[in-house]
Amino acid sequence: MKHDIVIIGGGPAGLAAAIAARQSGVEDVPILEREKELGGILNQCIHNGFGLHTFKEELTGPEYAARYIEKAQELGIPYKLSTTVVDLQRQGDSVVVTSVSKEDGLMQTEAKAAVLCMGCRERPRGALNIPGTRPAGIFSAGTAQRLVNMEGYLPGRKAVILGSGDIGLIMARRMTLEGAQVQCVAELMPYSGGLKRNIVQCLDDYGIPLKLSHTVVDIEGKERVTAVTIAQVDEKLKPIPGTEERFECDTLLLSVGLIPENELSKAVGVELSPVTSGPLVNEQLETNIPGVFACGNVLHVHDLVDYVSEEAQQAGRSAAQFVQKAQAGPFGEIPLKTGGAVRYTVPASLSPQRMGEEAVVRFRVGRNMRKATVRVLLDGKEAYKRPRPVMAPGEMEQVLIKKAWFSGEEKEITVEATDGQEGK
Amino acid sequence: MVREITCISCPLGCPLRVELDEAGAVLSVTGNTCKRGEDYGRKEVTAPTRTVTSTIKVEGAGVPVTSVRTERDIPKEKIFTCMEEIRQAVVKAPVAIGDVVIENVAGTGVNVRATKAAQ
Repeated sequence: MKHDIVIIGGGPAGLAAAIAARQSGVEDVPILEREKELGGILNQCIHNGFGLHTFKEELTGPEYAARYIEKAQELGIPYKLSTTVVDLQRQGDSVVVTSVSKEDGLMQTEAKAAVLCMGCRERPRGALNIPGTRPAGIFSAGTAQRLVNMEGYLPGRKAVILGSGDIGLIMARRMTLEGAQVQCVAELMPYSGGLKRNIVQCLDDYGIPLKLSHTVVDIEGKERVTAVTIAQVDEKLKPIPGTEERFECDTLLLSVGLIPENELSKAVGVELSPVTSGPLVNEQLETNIPGVFACGNVLHVHDLVDYVSEEAQQAGRSAAQFVQKAQAGPFGEIPLKTGGAVRYTVPASLSPQRMGEEAVVRFRVGRNMRKATVRVLLDGKEAYKRPRPVMAPGEMEQVLIKKAWFSGEEKEITVEATDGQEGK
Repeated sequence: MVREITCISCPLGCPLRVELDEAGAVLSVTGNTCKRGEDYGRKEVTAPTRTVTSTIKVEGAGVPVTSVRTERDIPKEKIFTCMEEIRQAVVKAPVAIGDVVIENVAGTGVNVRATKAAQ
């Protein structure tokens, strides 16, 4: 039996994609989920602040997930839990999904289309080259979050946190509330990658120092971490001798970045962006493999789940259109280029003939900016301009590109953010 | 007295200086770029509040803990008393989203509710 659309992953992206595909008239949209429940990472994100855009209220992660899970169940969308997809192939006009589960063993599922919703992984310690021994007590912040919030264990009593990403900040507060002592958060860069609100409410509220331009230079301990030494770094991010500070502690948490998890995307031949580590997609969120779509953190790492849901709805609708063969090509694809401080755009290309009235283009800048200007240029000609008082690498931005801007002759679209500091 | 805080009303994160008199009344808020910043500064130094989220022990469920929240903000100085009450509490499964698990936590008049079902 051949399914219409198989959804790989039952987190916020998978749920929203499945719901949107069903609401677009495609019935058969099974979700395959590796964990024993739907909801993905939201299940361990018990703090509030989710859903301000979507529901106009501040929900916790599990509450946000529950709204989508209920909707999916109401629509009767089928799902398989504790099922890990291990391979993905395009064969003829089918996508062949190989999965394993206790119940079914090794199983192959065929579908007309697939939506990749696998999310992202934390960057591990091995990728960081921290010197020192290899004792127990070193956790990625997300692992610690899962231990505390789902398994009911506190991973340590006295902790140092490396990296000021949002999960690290959230865990600094969470560990403190559970009675642990968080001595400091060290951040390699001269700015935090976390949201301002988290720095205030997770660190300032509890008097936890944020040490910018600092990194871990030594880890002590044989069986278990006994101390961590941090030092200030120079502009080239090299530790400055003489600035070392030693903290006795039993735990080191790492919050040093997230990487889209694209093993399956690679298996099926999806082309990835070297900047986002996620698939290169067009405005339909379709990859270079026909019928394979991507959304959420597997596509590019988001800071707000609301935008994951929004993006996933687009992917679900696009996959439905693909199955219904609603669109007839070929379409002229125009590449999206980056200008100024813009690091990447999602999508990476779009087609004026194929797109709806407007297309959302999400992007990030590579540095902190003040009094910035965002512009969209068509073959170098300004089509859109908007002032932005503040832009930061930690905050995803978006522009709406309108079909009406195009005459049919355009060769190139540039999304640009400038503040006069270029090249300085 | 002067308190220096960061505004969190928007991503701008203006550094605010809030000047207080001896009795703790706000004399001035500076450093803000909009009205929201002034309101935030006033509230933050006179009556700061926070929503507390945590986990609570569950008996008779397939999971050891489930997540909870205060149903609205509580005074900031009550956070640790609130946490202590949550830590001491044990609830019996089944728990549904929205169930009150602790009434009037830390004498604040605010209930603690489950944010995740546990069966």
